[in-house]
Amino acid sequence: MTATGVHHRSYTSELRLRATRAEYVRLALMGVLLVVVPFVLDNYWMSIANTILIAIIGAVGLNILVGYTGQISLGQGGFLAVGAYTSVILSDRMGLPTPLAIAFAVVFTAVVGTFFGLPGLRLKGLYLAIATLASQQIIEFFIRRDIGDFLTGGLGYINVERFGFLGFQIGGRDVFERQWYVILAILAVLSVMAARNLFRTGLGRSFMAVRDQDIAAEAIGVNLTRAKLTAFAVSSGFVGLAGALTAHYSEVVSWEKFTLQVSILYLAMIIVGGLGSIAGAVYGAIFMTLLPVVIRNVANAFESVVPFLGNQLPAVQNATFGLVIILFLIIEPRGLNRLWERIKEFFRFWPFRY
Amino acid sequence: MSTFVSVLAYGLADGAILALAALGFVLIYKATSVINFAQGEFLLVGAYMFYTAFVVMRLPLLLAVLVGVVVATLIGVLVERLILRPMIGESAISIIMVTIGLSSLLRALVQMFYGTRPQPMPAILPRGSVQILGATVPINRLLVILVAAVVLTAFTIFFRKSRHGIAMRAVADDQQAAMTMGISVRRIFAMAWALAGVSALIAGVLLADISAVDQNLAAFGLLVFPVVILGGLDSVPGTIVGGMIMGLLIQATASYWEAGLAVVIPYVVLVLILLVKPYGLFGETRIERV
Repeated sequence: MTATGVHHRSYTSELRLRATRAEYVRLALMGVLLVVVPFVLDNYWMSIANTILIAIIGAVGLNILVGYTGQISLGQGGFLAVGAYTSVILSDRMGLPTPLAIAFAVVFTAVVGTFFGLPGLRLKGLYLAIATLASQQIIEFFIRRDIGDFLTGGLGYINVERFGFLGFQIGGRDVFERQWYVILAILAVLSVMAARNLFRTGLGRSFMAVRDQDIAAEAIGVNLTRAKLTAFAVSSGFVGLAGALTAHYSEVVSWEKFTLQVSILYLAMIIVGGLGSIAGAVYGAIFMTLLPVVIRNVANAFESVVPFLGNQLPAVQNATFGLVIILFLIIEPRGLNRLWERIKEFFRFWPFRY
Repeated sequence: MSTFVSVLAYGLADGAILALAALGFVLIYKATSVINFAQGEFLLVGAYMFYTAFVVMRLPLLLAVLVGVVVATLIGVLVERLILRPMIGESAISIIMVTIGLSSLLRALVQMFYGTRPQPMPAILPRGSVQILGATVPINRLLVILVAAVVLTAFTIFFRKSRHGIAMRAVADDQQAAMTMGISVRRIFAMAWALAGVSALIAGVLLADISAVDQNLAAFGLLVFPVVILGGLDSVPGTIVGGMIMGLLIQATASYWEAGLAVVIPYVVLVLILLVKPYGLFGETRIERV
């Protein structure tokens, strides 16, 4: 949505991502914030910032599929796993340079995602949700059972070598989080930019047409099969990147990181952030990653006053998680992004109401 | 032969419970077009409510069942009123997600009150076993099948004969037409959720009796999806047939093939059905026209 009073005098200006000066100012502020973060936060909060950056990439990927193309997916955890295991096996076991392994993991996850997107050609809405639930369970089972121990060698997990490339090596405790922050921040910014621009292309527009009314989209010449499958491929690509980064950043891969719970967490991110909005995916990733952390810190702070919070921490975190999803869906189904837009509108029209 | 008999007994017992859990799911879907991802948690909450009444408060069995039924009804109605009614008209994604949020909330609440340790439940159904064709079959499994059969028959008669049952079918068939005939759609929605709560309570208690009362009861709820997809999302007889087939399939896989595979086989079947016959055995085929 652009502000009232913005006149476009050429097509190029209309196609621009940002039209007003305020938007550029906000963008600059965001850039400054990204640069300042590593100088002000300690290692603990840096690790959370890094988790958020990875979640942003994954949430943007999922939002392309769910928010923009209207295809529900409960298979996010499975696709993250595909990215993580592929990248680790290629880099640590086959000796491929890590960035190359990550790139391969992105491509491979896109392929796997497209395969599991095939039911989407015949199914819609809840049927697709159930189909992706099944694919999540099947992928999870496959990793967990690890028949022949070809994934983890019988350990149940893989230790991952410290990330390094062309003589550069991530350092020890004191610099670890900050070095990763630089890498992850660059990748997250690139992912967000790529996704933002995707929806200015014909392909991205066809995704939205499929979401809004698939039969009408077909009537105006959108190739439904191609649009749905590319949506699965593009989205899974992002998710594969997030999975591979999770593996290399946390330096251990095991099936517990890729359960149905993770799929649900990512869906919660894009719902709370705002379906069909890239900015929303970012807000949602930040919000949902911070939520349990904040609850934990509050519980620790009030441990002497309300011991219940500390004793029941996991349950309190889960209850809040459920409650947040329910409340957002009932009160503001379009999420944090819409809230933010409403705030902006309020100040744009102030002192008038509309 | 003895393996076959025990697979049959265990499979049908599991299947009967699955059918009961799936019944609630189908009722809600039929009447309100809501996919309830919290069905497993309904099972969980039901079992814990019964546990509280029967073990903690030491009520006699029948009274405990009654308390459980009342609470399950209340929870069902409250969930419909507070959470699902504001969601009318929202997209499928939002409705699915709100029930997922609900499942997380219910599970967390149960954990807060009862902890994560499994609670031992005194036997409700008689223990001991009988010999059938050389197989040792526990009596409680057989009784589970019996109880479920009685409950499912009662539900079926309720839908066929009673005034409310007919009203429910009318609403499921065509909401607008039902409304013009003076049926309160709101009340039917509430009733669907209440009945789902009750059938989940019975399933939860039966399941608790043959295993234990703990958080894993909720995991059982995910198995509802293979069942309803096999039977057809909007078919009551479908849930019974689907439940039985799925229960037998799980037990047969565990006994004849490998125990570990029994976890994943329902989902493999689910995907196959979706690819071949997406509306299941008894589901209504929806044809989209423009």
